Amino acid sequence: METTPQSHADEKPLVFLAQPLFPEFAAALAGRYRFVLAADADSATSAEARVLLVPGLAPVTAQHLARLPALQLVAGTSVGVDHVDLDTCRSRGLSVTNAGPAFAVDSADYAVGLVVAVLRRVAAADAYVRRGRWAADGDYPLATKVSGKRVGIVGLGNIGSRVARRLAAFGCAVSYHSRSPKPSSPYTFVPTLLDLAVGSDVLVLSCALTDERKYMVNREVMEALGKDGVLINVGRGGLVDEPELVSCLRDGALGGAGLDVYANEPAVPPELFGMDNVVLSDHRAVITPESMRGVLEVITANLDTFFSGRPLVIYRSTAMLRL
Amino acid sequence: MGSTGGDRAILPTVLLFRRPDGAFSAALRERYRILDFRASGETLPAFLAAAAAEPEPPRAAIVVGGGSVLVDVSFLDALPSLRCVVSTGAGVDHIDLAECARRGIAVGNSGEVYSTDVADYAVGLLIDVLRQVSVAERYVRRGSWPVQGDYPLGSKLGGKRVGIIGLGNIGSRIAKRLEAFGCVIHYNSRKPKDSVSYKYFPNVHNLAAESEVLIVACALTKATWHIVNKDVLEALGKDGVIINVGRGAHVDEVELLVALKEGKIAGAGLDVYEHEPKVPAELFSMDNVVLSAHAAVFTEESRSDLWAYTIGNLEAFFSGQPLLSPVHADSLG
Repeated sequence: METTPQSHADEKPLVFLAQPLFPEFAAALAGRYRFVLAADADSATSAEARVLLVPGLAPVTAQHLARLPALQLVAGTSVGVDHVDLDTCRSRGLSVTNAGPAFAVDSADYAVGLVVAVLRRVAAADAYVRRGRWAADGDYPLATKVSGKRVGIVGLGNIGSRVARRLAAFGCAVSYHSRSPKPSSPYTFVPTLLDLAVGSDVLVLSCALTDERKYMVNREVMEALGKDGVLINVGRGGLVDEPELVSCLRDGALGGAGLDVYANEPAVPPELFGMDNVVLSDHRAVITPESMRGVLEVITANLDTFFSGRPLVIYRSTAMLRL
Repeated sequence: MGSTGGDRAILPTVLLFRRPDGAFSAALRERYRILDFRASGETLPAFLAAAAAEPEPPRAAIVVGGGSVLVDVSFLDALPSLRCVVSTGAGVDHIDLAECARRGIAVGNSGEVYSTDVADYAVGLLIDVLRQVSVAERYVRRGSWPVQGDYPLGSKLGGKRVGIIGLGNIGSRIAKRLEAFGCVIHYNSRKPKDSVSYKYFPNVHNLAAESEVLIVACALTKATWHIVNKDVLEALGKDGVIINVGRGAHVDEVELLVALKEGKIAGAGLDVYEHEPKVPAELFSMDNVVLSAHAAVFTEESRSDLWAYTIGNLEAFFSGQPLLSPVHADSLG
């Protein structure tokens, strides 16, 4: 048996943390790795770090990355990795992984919940009943049918494809826009976002936030969606021009919205609080406790694979980040 | 389906026992001579007696459920000319079907006009209860997110066993939607359906015991009154959720409140109640319930579909054809 440096022979692999672990993660991963919080590490330890685990959405900047000269893998626990400086990762040849499909189902389920909640006014009716208004003021106003609506999905990845499948089961007509058509998909590809908005009653945003996509849902897109149109966002707040969204809703240029994400969470534009054609949620679409366990499996698998020297299953490599 | 427009004197007379909106009213009056009970201001016995005394007494009536008018023995005795009753609701529990059958009176309901909307809404309620859409909405709307952090997470839909009580037009559509979410479908109905592969439970207690979710989507009959009772709620269990888009009377509301208060079930999504529009006030402070105002059936699209369909039933009757959606006592659920 060859000798290995004794100081590390029995040590668990070193994993740097961009921010502290969630309690559930800490409990599940305890004993498998040696965790060091990047902010607390001295330069000697930092020079050893090959893996940076990024729990949550705190930014990982070029400066953070520059302190880790031996870094090879940035492992995110979320689906979106736009909080990581991907340009720096790309230029240094770092691998970047995300939570893969672990959260996709929950996001898709919630997106559909938002579609029904907005169109059929489920949340608004609940508030109405809760305030005793049904007995006092009579029936809640009629809502509009979900089945048969034309749904346009932006981004037909893990989340978007599942949203499509669910809404198709409701009898909706599903089309999608993405960078390129998916030949294996049964749904109709539409080459531009604007065309998709023109031909849809409901627009569901389920794509990653990239520089090209910042504020892509602007006034023109929202007006194309129209006064009876509904925007559902379970992607990132940055995909939408938020001040224009508020203005379009206020003016009636856009019919309604279901929002799980915002430009500056947890700040929500207060004007939305007065609108009953909007359903708001606190960035909760993405996760359930059951899926949290799924994410832990993905992360553990990624880390174990990396440390064993086997090829990594990269759900989102630096090369694929062009999507 | 010809209209009998033209000489207004020969339009058939139809009794109307619901408030029509403008569009429905106009469409009806193009084809029929309408005697509107609510507009008459009379008592029901007086109204029926006057109609029965006409030279050409009315043969058809439009009656909505949930109101005070019941098509029972005394109604039918008062109007022997009646040959057809059309309900504008999905439910026909306000009509004595056995008595109508005995007298050879055709009964029609709203067929599948509502089925899709009720199914859509039932699934929306389930997602809401499990993933806490409405409660998170309230939380964000009152400004708690920046102050108190994220609201606790809800529970996954996929993999849950959903027990549907009644696999008719509505129940089967609910099943199809929930399959796309990865739910496992179980069901109870009067007889098993050969055309589906879902697991059948002849007994609602056993259905509840083997399901995390119970959805009521059957017709209200003597047999299904309080079909969800204390025993079924206990069988459903502390992680169980009940969704009611049937009738309030399907669920023992008193026992439901106890089960919710004591944590014997996890939550509920309710569109109907035993004494609408009165909703038990204890529910207003519960975050594990989603409440709605008998809205599962109501969308603008189905409302206008309903008028066309009701007239379709009446036209079929007046031209001697079978009704579009005849209801027989033994065809329910």
